[in-house]
Amino acid sequence: MSAVMSNPLFREPLSIAGATREIEFRDAVREAMCEEMRRDKRVYLLGEEVAQYDGAYKVSKGMLAEFGAGRVVDTPISESGFSGMAIGSAMLGLRPIVEFMSWSFALVAADPILNNAPKMLYMSGGQFGCPIVFRGNDGAGGQLGSTHSWSVEGLFSNVPGVKIVIPSTPADAKGLMKTAIRDDDPVFFMESERLLSMKGHVPEAEYLIPFGHAAIRRAGKDCTLCSWGRPVHFCMEAAEILAKEGIDCEVIDLRTIRPLDLPTVIASVRKTSAAVVVDQSWSFASPGSELAAQIHRHCFDDLDNFVHRVHSDDVPTPYAVALEQEYLPNVRKICEAVRSATYRA
Amino acid sequence: MSQVAPPAVPTAGAGALSLPVSPTTALQWLRDMHLIREFEVRCMQSYQEKKIGGFCHVYIGQEAVAVGCVAAMRPEDPIVTAYRDHGHALARGMTSRACMAEMYGRVDGCAKGKGGSMHMFDRPNNLFGGHGIVGAQTPLGVGLAFATKYEDEVINGGKSRRVSLSFLGDGAVNQGSFYEAMNLSGLLDLPVIFIIENNGYSMGTAIQRGTTMSHDLCIKGRAHGLREATIDGMDVLSVYRDMKALVEWCRENSRPAIVDMKCYRFKGHSMSDPRKYRTREEEAHHESNDPIITLEHTLTHAGVLDEAKLAAMLKLVREEVREAIAFANASEVTPETELYKDVFVEPWGKYTGSSLPEFMGGATNACTFRATDGKEGLV
Repeated sequence: MSAVMSNPLFREPLSIAGATREIEFRDAVREAMCEEMRRDKRVYLLGEEVAQYDGAYKVSKGMLAEFGAGRVVDTPISESGFSGMAIGSAMLGLRPIVEFMSWSFALVAADPILNNAPKMLYMSGGQFGCPIVFRGNDGAGGQLGSTHSWSVEGLFSNVPGVKIVIPSTPADAKGLMKTAIRDDDPVFFMESERLLSMKGHVPEAEYLIPFGHAAIRRAGKDCTLCSWGRPVHFCMEAAEILAKEGIDCEVIDLRTIRPLDLPTVIASVRKTSAAVVVDQSWSFASPGSELAAQIHRHCFDDLDNFVHRVHSDDVPTPYAVALEQEYLPNVRKICEAVRSATYRA
Repeated sequence: MSQVAPPAVPTAGAGALSLPVSPTTALQWLRDMHLIREFEVRCMQSYQEKKIGGFCHVYIGQEAVAVGCVAAMRPEDPIVTAYRDHGHALARGMTSRACMAEMYGRVDGCAKGKGGSMHMFDRPNNLFGGHGIVGAQTPLGVGLAFATKYEDEVINGGKSRRVSLSFLGDGAVNQGSFYEAMNLSGLLDLPVIFIIENNGYSMGTAIQRGTTMSHDLCIKGRAHGLREATIDGMDVLSVYRDMKALVEWCRENSRPAIVDMKCYRFKGHSMSDPRKYRTREEEAHHESNDPIITLEHTLTHAGVLDEAKLAAMLKLVREEVREAIAFANASEVTPETELYKDVFVEPWGKYTGSSLPEFMGGATNACTFRATDGKEGLV
């Protein structure tokens, strides 16, 4: 972690000595946006219900009052249009934050967010960059049915030219969002509706968390659990259960999946000789399958077993509560995978 | 044919000649139109010789549109267009060299050979692409207008009052993104003009086969409260005069507009199009209304052009394009070192950062902030 600490902007929120306070995940995202909008007039927020309504999930609460309608811009339900508009404005030098009420709705904006934003720099031969943040809820919420429950990282992480951030705690959400806004490249920032009300300690002082720096949430010697976003919490729960069975798990929170902090994962697997990847997207051609392939390649001689993977089930997200819980990469599935990977099944 | 409402047509220095501009300017337009024509003819030859690959859509027949529209704008007004973009690039001031080298996939091309025919970008001349997906550029054009207005109102407190042009073909009017773009432009009072280059065909589909109310495409903008103009795109003087009035109205009022720009492409949709969907008689009829010949007649009758002047102009144009081809041929094929460049501004992992093309000086693009903090080994 020395490289991280050498950055004066970065302070590890979980180990920081300075004062913290407990705030919700949504407050942390808002603080990051507000601080960066105060710092840089080029930054503005747009999306459905972000201004007068205070945000469908209250992430942007109060921002209209502080920054005015010129910088907190309500849009119609028109994802393709306002995404393209934001990209055009970024080509001319602005730094938009685009809120998708849900990343599931970003599918109708697939052309601008996949064909324009990540490729503009390349296709223009370096002339036009696209410093833009797309953010919103990702993953299954609470019984929203299949169309509203996408984990879009399964689709979008296949595309070169975007950075993808999936924070799991309020402190990470703030530090990573500030980095996302300052980044010169397009960033997809994925929040979980299920985490928005989660409270956590967030430093009072300013800090940024760089991309590609995984956090080791729990140290252990028997099995490496790799995850990002909401399932990190499932991993922590599973690790507690498994500890009582004598299996000591190391839980790595990747924080960003592009870039992917492979060195931290490799170092851990070389120690534990076992790995389980937990990914909320579907299994086929997913970030989880990519990470598993990378671990197999780099830790071939270190592994005692193949890398096990836990995903959402390979079916549309069901509505019924029990079915939805079974569908998710839940604690039971994680425990089973770890027992199998460590030959304790 | 032109139906733009007042303000009055500007006249500048042409006196009794009834030209809306000075003879020098009108001759420059003729030269620009000839340059585009010659460039496109030579592109077709180079394509046959397999020097140019991929898709190639030439602008022959529509030269008056790009030249007249660009003339009606200020240089700082942003422009974005679709894939039939060579004419817009040249009209905006891109050199024939950079444009042809891009066609040839060479490192001296405007996009270092990474964009190709459909993706001409020129930052110094405020050309924001060439875009290959039909209609996708229309929200981008709205974004350019949003940014110029934002710069005035939030950042500078200035009054640059730039107007953005978003070109599209008549085939793009049935894409949803176009309607979303128009709606946003009307809602947010953005100074953007959607210019539908209505050449009557989306690829091989005649307009009435794909578009309702195709006799008047301005109807598509009426639901969004856009200012309207139908303009004869085969006459550069009409294009300039009517666009000038419209651009200044948009600038003054910070409002959007739509233009049904009636024109005709003399060649096929792309290089592989045998044009079975239209008759040779129809083509001959439109070719008799060649915008270049029309301007030549006008200038000749006005006493501004004679055969000797025209011959001298054509000689220079042909030399310029011949030289551009020689330049493109001699330019280095884009090297492998460019493969991982310009994916991200920030260098990280296998990505090597970004640099500007040679025509902009070739300097490294400044990365203002290292998001990854320089960490090694990332994938």
